[in-house]
Amino acid sequence: MSVAMDRPRRRETPLRLTVTRFLDHRAALASAVVLVVLVLLALAAPLAEHAMGLDANEVDLLNRFAAPSATHPLGTDELGRDMALRLMYGGQVSLFAGLATALLAAVIGTLIGLPAGYFGGWLDSLLMRLTDSVIALPLLPLLIVMAAIDLNKLGVPPEIATSPNVSLYRIVLIIALVGWTTVARLVRGAALSLRERDFVLAAIAQGAGPMTVMFRHILPNAISPIIVATTLSVGAIILLESVLSFLGLGIQPPIASWGNMLTNAQDMIYEAPALAVFPGLAIFATVIAFNFLGDGLQDALDPKAFRE
Amino acid sequence: MTRYVLRRVIESVAVLLVMSFVIYGLMALMPGDPIDIMVQSDPNLTPADAVRLKALYGLDKPITERYGNWLGAAAQGDFGYSRIHNRPVLEILGPRLWNTVILMGLAMIVSLALAVPIGVFSALRPYSWADYAINFVALGGISVPVFWLALMLIVLFSVVLGWLPAGGMGMAGEAGFWEQARHLVLPVVTLSVATVGGLTRFVRASMMEVMRDDYIRTARAKGLPRRVVVFKHALRNAMIPVVTILALSFGSLFSGALITETMFSYLGMGKLIYDSIIGNDYNMALVSLLFATGLVLASNMAADLCYGWLDPRVSYR
Repeated sequence: MSVAMDRPRRRETPLRLTVTRFLDHRAALASAVVLVVLVLLALAAPLAEHAMGLDANEVDLLNRFAAPSATHPLGTDELGRDMALRLMYGGQVSLFAGLATALLAAVIGTLIGLPAGYFGGWLDSLLMRLTDSVIALPLLPLLIVMAAIDLNKLGVPPEIATSPNVSLYRIVLIIALVGWTTVARLVRGAALSLRERDFVLAAIAQGAGPMTVMFRHILPNAISPIIVATTLSVGAIILLESVLSFLGLGIQPPIASWGNMLTNAQDMIYEAPALAVFPGLAIFATVIAFNFLGDGLQDALDPKAFRE
Repeated sequence: MTRYVLRRVIESVAVLLVMSFVIYGLMALMPGDPIDIMVQSDPNLTPADAVRLKALYGLDKPITERYGNWLGAAAQGDFGYSRIHNRPVLEILGPRLWNTVILMGLAMIVSLALAVPIGVFSALRPYSWADYAINFVALGGISVPVFWLALMLIVLFSVVLGWLPAGGMGMAGEAGFWEQARHLVLPVVTLSVATVGGLTRFVRASMMEVMRDDYIRTARAKGLPRRVVVFKHALRNAMIPVVTILALSFGSLFSGALITETMFSYLGMGKLIYDSIIGNDYNMALVSLLFATGLVLASNMAADLCYGWLDPRVSYR
């Protein structure tokens, strides 16, 4: 008998298997660490502001385009504002927009996919036609139109339409409105197969209503693909947010986001090409980390995909 | 088959009609209307003039009636005039469409030429260090913000090195073919980088799945050279889903083209859509957006039909 077989086997619960597989995925693990650091950095913006004795929005025209130094670790922008601090505040906005939009889109997708798969029939064909149609649309042009509409004409009260954070909430809302399709299809597929399973039939036989069956019995069993799809969508959403903000249609100044920091950088591309580097790198690093994380979660949560 | 095609065409037209109403409605919600813009630019117009003009052009009517009028005119081939270009919108659309076809076509060729060999290479050595490295680079391509990539390429090749123009098209008659080609390099590279990562990962996944199939084992067992197994038996089957994904990714390719064209001042459909939305050119924006939607719907339909043609196991209901 070999030594390996003598070793007492660890109890293998599904959760432990998942965690082991995730830890095996080194790129995903590194991404998780990077993301935690990025979130902490973004949240620490006010602290850093205090420690450095600077104000992220303070204009210092005598000190424009300063090179990196002890006082300004990443230099200053075209108005003499500290680049590092603005990146940290921009991170708060971009990360919030990415996560909030992904969650909202997942909720919408679940609310559409769950009844479609569970009830089937005409409701299913109607909702899935809707999903297919939204998938078939050219997203970016449509988002540009939605970002350009006048909230006053939509009947939004002026005090809300002019509040400073409205550009952030608007971006979250419009991207979620077109971004729910993947989750809807996954949830529908899961519901379609789960509704035939014995535990669901047992619940129905015991008199559980459709709401209980869908949300208590089917949804918890369909959660893995939702988590993977939502994680993978965060990256794409941050890219969309950044390009809309870059085009001047997303997050509006004075709120800094990684996208709108690049708008000014483009105008200054000949004078100060370095300005464009850091916000872009921040977006790049965040998106690639979310994509690796999603990849890792997919492998970890799906035992069949485990490599041979 | 004919019934299937017919159903798909009818469905696509229905989606296009719904979209035309949605986009028309969204346009009406955009800040300012054509008369407001006129009043702003001409101080001699009084508010009473504005009201009269709005009545004259039917802008005081409810949105459904205005949409009905637009649709009626559109059905007779009258899509209106562009406010910015002062010409019928269809006249402007044509050349812009051609430029976008060139850009997207070249980017597609470059992406395929890279993605297929790299994806196959990766699939034949799964979980090797080369496979991981390729996956890493491919994921990087998917994750890079297209507009930032364009900025960085401009900084490097136009500002620092001065090798290539930062934007524009190159005048046709004046400088000739090479000048135009020089202007195409950076946009095509940008759009290709944005496309090639996803495509490589897809080719790899498809190839790996095919390599597990029984007929590959049979081909190997009967002693065929590896080269024949890979290229004749596996690759041809692995390309079926790739063709589909190419047509299905037309929408995201178009979004990428919009960003690329805007960044490099390349006069294509994407820049046309962006400029007309920003410049309150309602007719132009509406028609170009609908046209783009129609193209995406058509390519999706082509994807489904291609699939059946390439893979006889698929049947149409």
